[in-house]
Amino acid sequence: MNKVMSNKWIIFLYTFPALLLIAVLIVIPLILSGYFGLMDWDGIGTMEFIGLDNYITALQDSKFWDSTLHSFLLALFSACSLIGYLAVALILASKIKGASLLRKIYLIPMLLSSVAIAQLWIKVYNPSNGMLNSILVGLGIENPPAWLADPSIVLYAIFVPIIWQYAGFYILIYYAALKNIPESLIEAAKIDGATPLQIALEIKVPLIMNVFKVTIVLSIVGSLKYFDLIYVMTGGGPNGASEVMASYMYKLAFSSYNFGYGSAIGFLLLIITLIVTVIIRKITANKDEIQY
Amino acid sequence: MRRIGYILLYICLALVAVFQIFPIIWLFMFSLKTNQEIFAGNPFAVPLDPKWGNYLKVFEGGIGVYFWNSIWITALATVLTILIASMATFAITRMKWKYSGLVLGVIMVGLMIPIHSALIPLYNMFLNVNLIDNPLSIVITYITYNLPITVMILLGFYTTIPREIEEAAIIDGSSIHRLFFRIILPISAPIMSTTVIINMIYNWNEFVFVNTFISSEKYKTLTVGIQNFIGQYMTDWGAIGATLVISVLPIIVAFLFFSNKIMEGITASAVKG
Repeated sequence: MNKVMSNKWIIFLYTFPALLLIAVLIVIPLILSGYFGLMDWDGIGTMEFIGLDNYITALQDSKFWDSTLHSFLLALFSACSLIGYLAVALILASKIKGASLLRKIYLIPMLLSSVAIAQLWIKVYNPSNGMLNSILVGLGIENPPAWLADPSIVLYAIFVPIIWQYAGFYILIYYAALKNIPESLIEAAKIDGATPLQIALEIKVPLIMNVFKVTIVLSIVGSLKYFDLIYVMTGGGPNGASEVMASYMYKLAFSSYNFGYGSAIGFLLLIITLIVTVIIRKITANKDEIQY
Repeated sequence: MRRIGYILLYICLALVAVFQIFPIIWLFMFSLKTNQEIFAGNPFAVPLDPKWGNYLKVFEGGIGVYFWNSIWITALATVLTILIASMATFAITRMKWKYSGLVLGVIMVGLMIPIHSALIPLYNMFLNVNLIDNPLSIVITYITYNLPITVMILLGFYTTIPREIEEAAIIDGSSIHRLFFRIILPISAPIMSTTVIINMIYNWNEFVFVNTFISSEKYKTLTVGIQNFIGQYMTDWGAIGATLVISVLPIIVAFLFFSNKIMEGITASAVKG
């Protein structure tokens, strides 16, 4: 038995396809990205080694810093909105009739492609004929803003469809975690005279804290690498007002054919994401694991 | 007092539901309207005289090619991802060897990394082996980038398979391949179906890789294809709406039938991370 189950050849055969693909298409490209970042290269011609020049340029590039700032703003918004999702999940999980249907309705946007979501919200935000401004004009508001064309609000305007896309996802996760809490704990608290609000805040929330921490990491890291929706909706514009790290990198590489500098930005994106992940994990690390 | 509280909570939940669903309903409605109806009328008006011609126009415009590409690329990548992930998960969880933990760690690298960091080297690699503008590049990229999440979902189930099942099979003289293909794969069908759904949604909706690696119209999938379509229709809202509805309808229909599987898969893919 043991001999059969530790057959080296079989182990190799079964893990090789997965390992080969991941090595060649994920691990090596990540390393190469750092290496290409040391080159002056247009993607077609020969590479010229220029040392850390691209990385130094990045540190002095105000467009890079702006896009980084936008990515972090997005991450901050996303992390804050988790509290709202948690509140909805808490209401939903408190023996509400129709909870299962509502949960499904909330999730639908999450299933659509970012391109479709972006195109739909371009229409929602259309200054003259979009759904939003039609409603605003109907309510008697004159000259509603041109949401996606106004540099001072475009980033916030984009954040709404991002909430729209992910709300159902986080509500679903919190709901599943809340449903895992043993009924006996809630009953005991009720007998002790706890109000529904107390039960929610002092019993349910602490009990799903581990899940909440996972979602903090997910939402922040997800925001830092966010791309599709912004790229399709505004292409980072107007004038860089909604540019994020990934869209800036993409533009450098595949619009300006600056592959060397693009690689350096891509590599910095990786490093920033990893550092942020480690920091959040440290901050939210479990000192005392809650068991029930 | 308590009653009022409950009513307020219901109103909150209902408002969230309206916010989530209304843009989609609005989309369905304007896909059946003419520009005049959209621009003049109020956004809540139901199209009494639905313009199915919008859909006809989009199909005649050739959206069928993108649709077909999305279907076969999604299907092929999903099947191969799940086969490769199942094999690896089997070897990692059921076979006895020193480096199983390390190999699992390497596979999991793919979970958190931003794909943009790998995009330029990937593009360059495919260019060097002549796979740019070849759907094969998309298929193998989808397989690779969905392996980590698929292994992660499978992992939980594989560790709970009783040893007795393997022992009985081996004692009966079954080979490992037979054990894997005839016994382990069939009993993992429920969890496999979860990974099928998750992979299908990811592949169907993927944008960046197709947008970067594919330039010929004949190989584009729906996500990138609808971008062209919408560019070409410019101000014809009805046609744009119809294009979007066609691209999202398969997923929404799948959700109506498999909502529990989908929700299970999404929960599993998130929380264990």
